[in-house]
Amino acid sequence: MAAVYSLFIINKSGGLIFYKDYGSSGRMDTNDSLRVASLWHSMHAISQQLSPTVGCSGIELLEADTFDLHCFQSLTGTKFFVVSEPGTQHMEALLKVIYELYTDYVLKNPFYEMEMPIRCELFDLNLSQAVQKDRVALLGR
Amino acid sequence: MPTAGPRSGDAIFANVERVNAELFTLTYGAIVRQLLTDLEEVEEVNKQLDQMGYNIGTRLIDEFLAKANISRCVDFKETAEMIAKVGFKMFLGVTASVTNWDIEGTCCNMVLEENPLVDFVELPDTCQGLYYCNVLCGVIRGALEMVSMKTEVTWVRDVLRGDDSYELQVKLLKQVPQEYPYKDDE
Repeated sequence: MAAVYSLFIINKSGGLIFYKDYGSSGRMDTNDSLRVASLWHSMHAISQQLSPTVGCSGIELLEADTFDLHCFQSLTGTKFFVVSEPGTQHMEALLKVIYELYTDYVLKNPFYEMEMPIRCELFDLNLSQAVQKDRVALLGR
Repeated sequence: MPTAGPRSGDAIFANVERVNAELFTLTYGAIVRQLLTDLEEVEEVNKQLDQMGYNIGTRLIDEFLAKANISRCVDFKETAEMIAKVGFKMFLGVTASVTNWDIEGTCCNMVLEENPLVDFVELPDTCQGLYYCNVLCGVIRGALEMVSMKTEVTWVRDVLRGDDSYELQVKLLKQVPQEYPYKDDE
């Protein structure tokens, strides 16, 4: 069964504001997740500069032997990316859903400080539901 | 697959949870009233409303982009149309029309056909100079700043002050390119 390994959210200045792993594969400690986030932020920026396509908005998918990395950057500069089992489908749709959950349960929380690490239980809860749902491949919208 | 293009403001408005319009209008009124009590100066209240709107706008923009499925606008004209047709509809249930473009395409007016914030409002003589709906200016300014446009938004006409319509002026001051500051070769 195809699975999401982990989810990262990076603010526009490159700081990791959310990290969560799902299941046992690819689990990492805090330092490693911070490292991945800042690496990805820089690579994403460099890819925009190097790309031969005009108006390129950066890497969307990185395929490796043991994982796929799908990235979505909002127009406000926040990056969402999931690491998943190779060949997992509907990750773009999942990222869109996650973006919507972020606008609902993070940004609308009056006690959330912009650009700071996300500690919102409602977000966690709805997020797990979205990811679980995707696991049974119901997310073909 | 997900490139369905922007959704219409009507469709989104129909799908979101809403509160009673009177509750909304009265709540806003209570806020303005409280600010007048706290700050005393009308000018300060205008400023505070704008600041509150700004704080709302910086958060609201992401919801707008996420739910309306909007991609990058090609120019400021498209941006203004998007705000007027999709933004106002989605969050306030009203539409605005964009008029009065200047030659450079950096300044325009938005005319609100209706304004749900003012349903029961009459400005007393003691509050002359108050821009009752100044929060809207702040919202637009904050939202556009998050997508790298510095703007100045002001009321030019306000029914509460004796004009015949609600009209906002949106002026693009600067477009900050969303690029990383690579200055290696300088």
